[in-house]
Amino acid sequence: MKQKFSSFIKKESLHILRDVRTMMIVLLIPVVLMILFGFAISTEVNNLNVAIVASNHSESVRQVADKLSANPYFSFLGYIDNSDIDIKLRKGEVDAIIVFDKDYDRLLSQRSQGVDTPPAIQFIFDASNTNIAQTGAAYLQNVISSDLTHQEMLNLHLLYNPQMKSAYNFVPGIMGLIFILICAMMTSVSIVREKEVGTLEVLLVSPVRPIKIILAKMVPYFLISCINLATILLIARYLLDVPMSGGMGGIITISIIYLILSLMLGLLISTIASSQVIALLVSAMVMMLPMMMLSGMVFPIENLPTVLKPLPYIVPARWYIEAIRKLMIMGLPFSAVLKEVGILIFMTFAFMGIALKNFKNRLE
Amino acid sequence: MNNTVISVKGLTKRFGDFTAVNCISFDVKRGEIFGFLGANGAGKTTAMRMLCGLSYPTSGSGTVVGFDVTREGEKIKRHIGYMSQRFSLYNDLTVWENIRLFAGIYGLSKAETIERANEILARLDITSERDTLVGSLPLGWKQKLSFAVATIHRPELVFLDEPTGGVDPITRRQFWEMIYEAADNGTSIFVTTHYMDEAEYCSRVSIMVDGEVRAIDTPTRLKEQFAAESMDEVFRILARGAKRGD
Repeated sequence: MKQKFSSFIKKESLHILRDVRTMMIVLLIPVVLMILFGFAISTEVNNLNVAIVASNHSESVRQVADKLSANPYFSFLGYIDNSDIDIKLRKGEVDAIIVFDKDYDRLLSQRSQGVDTPPAIQFIFDASNTNIAQTGAAYLQNVISSDLTHQEMLNLHLLYNPQMKSAYNFVPGIMGLIFILICAMMTSVSIVREKEVGTLEVLLVSPVRPIKIILAKMVPYFLISCINLATILLIARYLLDVPMSGGMGGIITISIIYLILSLMLGLLISTIASSQVIALLVSAMVMMLPMMMLSGMVFPIENLPTVLKPLPYIVPARWYIEAIRKLMIMGLPFSAVLKEVGILIFMTFAFMGIALKNFKNRLE
Repeated sequence: MNNTVISVKGLTKRFGDFTAVNCISFDVKRGEIFGFLGANGAGKTTAMRMLCGLSYPTSGSGTVVGFDVTREGEKIKRHIGYMSQRFSLYNDLTVWENIRLFAGIYGLSKAETIERANEILARLDITSERDTLVGSLPLGWKQKLSFAVATIHRPELVFLDEPTGGVDPITRRQFWEMIYEAADNGTSIFVTTHYMDEAEYCSRVSIMVDGEVRAIDTPTRLKEQFAAESMDEVFRILARGAKRGD
């Protein structure tokens, strides 16, 4: 019996190895996504073009200008005239303009003596891209107000991700997505392919038990996903400097549970889909899109309308991503994610139960 | 040793209200080439699935290679060969890998596998194609290889489900030579086909209409009985009364 099983695994591995292009894609997708999200795409605002309008370039104004020049988030374009504000913004040459009151120095000294004064600085922002404007305004405010040290009333303290690196946000999300993609989509397509070609029928007439045929299909994809997991963790740790302070053991354990869950999902899809195209569509449209939308990877779950709020509870990726965030970014111990682990294990068994029942019914 | 490989009595399969196979009874003897004919939808496939141990009969009883169709499906599977109309080898695996896979499925040992593989390669004269992907072989070769692989464990009985569908006449001819050879060596063949000229090659044929076996005999006697020139005519006379099918 053992020999039968191993000859099946050999066969499945050969199918995958023969299809070099698909295998390369599967192995490279995580690397590309990680690099893309880690370096190229980011929600951080860099190189914001800032100009200053000031009637006299006093010491205190120059101090602000120096600060801007030294800050990597801004590029200081110099001083411009009041009349140029509109043109510069329209042409897109500047993203933000800081206007100092002509009595800036006087107001500053009055304020330091405790006199209540009207605002002395104005920010003008190009808000056609709200993301840049919002984040940029927050940065700018920080830089300027840190200069006015005596008035500092508000103390902002960002926990876990003090530099607000977007990689920290995307790495767990990508992990949640990649494993569904590879395990669920690839397994379901490969089972449905045999159904389509007619080879599954031959296997079913053979003395091999159907459950073994299915298991053998999963083993190679499981191994590939483990390779991907290793690549992702290595890139995250050494290229993107994600802390992983919660310990590797926990991250790997919960990832493996999630891998198995994805495999079961793939099996479930394969019992429903009658052709490869349908299997692909189901995994892409029905699984991936809602997963991206509802897992908290891109949009915060808290922002969903009340009607949709219960939905994320049934999306496995949401629990996984949440757990990975806790372990990777917040550095909590494994005991902090027991709830997520429990839910994922429960979901795995639920999917497995439905899939196996469907699979049996189909055979009859 | 028992001389009957298939013996069924009153085999019936219902799906809800629909009776796909209605109370069929027949025997197939060792070394016989048994043609199982019928129009599409006549219930051929359902009947065959029951005989292969893939589906349980609603009522009736029978044995295939000595095992009960209702209780010993798994044992039946181990002792029969099966080749379907749709090509049953893996195109992205080589000739050798395909042979090794099916040898593994039927539990052949390493030594047996190598011995049987060499034998197949020599018999089909494709030793030089050992490491060729099956997908790039000509259809005729694939067909023969497919049959050889289906009988790699030397089963007493082989089910062929429309094995020559979409194949040119010359290849079909060569394929039937292979079937004869296997039958001469004592393997029983249970074959379904659409081609009535192939029915003439069988030792005995049964014709199914509307889920029932309407006629069963040697091609010669069937032609006499229906005063027909060919099996094609016999089939048309019987199929005329069909209520379902296409």
